[in-house]
Amino acid sequence: MDTLLEVASVSKRFPVTVKGSPRGSEHFLQAVDDVSFSIGRGECVGLVGESGCGKSTLVKLITRLSDTSDGRIWFDGHDIGTVPAERFARMPQRALIQMVFQDPTDSLNPRFTAFDTIADPLRRLGRSAGAGEVAKRVSALADMVGLPRELLGRYPHQLSGGQKQRVGIARAVALEPRLLVLDEPTSALDVSVQAVILKLLESLRRRLGMSYLFVSHDLNVVRLLADRVLVMYLGRIVEMGTVDEVFERPRHPYTRALLSCVPEPGATGAGQRIRLSGEPRSPIDPDPNVCRFYGRCPDGVERCAQEMPLLRSFGGVHLSACHLA
Amino acid sequence: MAAPAPLLSVEDLSVEFRTREGLVKALDRVSFDIHRGETVGVVGESGSGKSVTAFAIMRILDPAARITGGRVAFDGVDLVAAHEPELEARRGRDLSMIFQNPRTALNPIRQVGRQIGDVLLRHGGAKRGEVRARAVELLAQVQIPDPARRYWAYPFELSGGMCQRVMIALALACGPALLVADEPTTGLDVTTQAAIMDLIDELARAKRMATLLITHDLGLAALHCERIVVMHAGHVVESAPTAELFASPRHPYTAKLIAATPGPGISLEELAAIPGSLPDLRGELPACRYSRRCERYAPFCDEPLPLAEVGPRHTVACGKPL
Repeated sequence: MDTLLEVASVSKRFPVTVKGSPRGSEHFLQAVDDVSFSIGRGECVGLVGESGCGKSTLVKLITRLSDTSDGRIWFDGHDIGTVPAERFARMPQRALIQMVFQDPTDSLNPRFTAFDTIADPLRRLGRSAGAGEVAKRVSALADMVGLPRELLGRYPHQLSGGQKQRVGIARAVALEPRLLVLDEPTSALDVSVQAVILKLLESLRRRLGMSYLFVSHDLNVVRLLADRVLVMYLGRIVEMGTVDEVFERPRHPYTRALLSCVPEPGATGAGQRIRLSGEPRSPIDPDPNVCRFYGRCPDGVERCAQEMPLLRSFGGVHLSACHLA
Repeated sequence: MAAPAPLLSVEDLSVEFRTREGLVKALDRVSFDIHRGETVGVVGESGSGKSVTAFAIMRILDPAARITGGRVAFDGVDLVAAHEPELEARRGRDLSMIFQNPRTALNPIRQVGRQIGDVLLRHGGAKRGEVRARAVELLAQVQIPDPARRYWAYPFELSGGMCQRVMIALALACGPALLVADEPTTGLDVTTQAAIMDLIDELARAKRMATLLITHDLGLAALHCERIVVMHAGHVVESAPTAELFASPRHPYTAKLIAATPGPGISLEELAAIPGSLPDLRGELPACRYSRRCERYAPFCDEPLPLAEVGPRHTVACGKPL
């Protein structure tokens, strides 16, 4: 598959002050640590992990809202990782990476009608078009996402959750992006409309040939949409592979724990649950030689505290970073 | 066979909200019961009346709400008829509640240990000199690491999962007979969710506590509840033992809800959507509030709804059940 996005050894550190540390000493919160992966054209890659694992920071780096500390990001053959975030806003690639946010209520401007919300990216980043052309395009987009045209004049508070998310999706696809970053697109929606939105996203991907980075903590939903999945833990990717491989034969103990915690409708009674004890390690100045999962890992051995496990292959695209895998 | 009397029995409970746009009939003749030591789930979409039911049982509804009918019999006392001093004496002692967002439910400017101490003092759960030791014990019981130090923590210093553990310690401080858990793990990570739910399960079992678990997550209810009550637009549409509900749902809405929940072995094509949305609960409503969304609608669905017993402890409110 032709590669659209290539992320190579990307890291992001935030300087932090640590209470009680000597004056002048430097401390860093390692939000994203040496992350590498790629997304092919038309591919949907899922990104899963607990809150605080660095998913959102990684998304900000890819959408170029935030600058990397290290590493490179290639998009559509262009090196976009070295361009400062403010300059990137004026690059043509800016229009080709778009995002759908988690809560459509929070992410839509309450003073914009649905029409204005969808028209906004066209006016700002589109090839300068007249008002008539914008209106035509907005109507076409509304049709595409299944939003009745008569709702275009409404404000967010006059729309249902599902309708609002359709507006959010129409806005995101307005400029025909190559890459769509979906940040928990259905977690604020009721299960009754979830299927409709997921199916809409799937059909848009096929129709427009977009690639998706699908960020979610709901593994049952990731399973439905993604071709491949990345599992992140405390800033590092600990496992990646095709959805079937990772879900059926997880190699990393964290992935196994994560999967065993997912409630399965219909399967009554607790199955083989792996419980994680203790708190995650601190992301501030982490020891580069200790596995991030050490201490919480049910299988951890001495070696895990002496040598950081690196991703290694388990056949094909299935990689896992565990000494014991 | 004379079954033991249920601990909590909700009978024909109706609640209305007065709003500027008219009277909202949030609950209409809701009935179900819970026995000692039992965990019962209430599931449904947002707006189905799950939380209103919980708030009505606790008698902490918004001032705009009015209980227009029905009873909430708890341990022989009708909570709907009870006066505020009696309710205050019971809340936190005999029945307590865990709220959805622990950060907003806890007092942000009081140390978490002291908040637990307040409950103990209010209900005589510990003597003045022993309150602190008891609060630390409770924090340890909900598996908060280093409880003696965390006693002095403010909610903002703790993670969401830790705050929810504090809420559980607070709710269970006086050993209530009934715990009402309103979306206790929504917004938490799956690993944290599993740990919190296991904790509630364990404590409930150890103390023979009854639990009312309110959730929109059918999978979570399946895992933790003995029985499930399905609500739609202020009505209880079906109520059944968990395994039976999943194996043979009788109400069309229940069946749709199950088919709409993603899980292993179900593809995107198979995943169902539920057409339409909840009806506007203001003004005149049809007898079956699901009829306008239902694929099995027939004219006789507009007649008053029968509530049929289709199996042991399995009831369905549908004129044309599956």
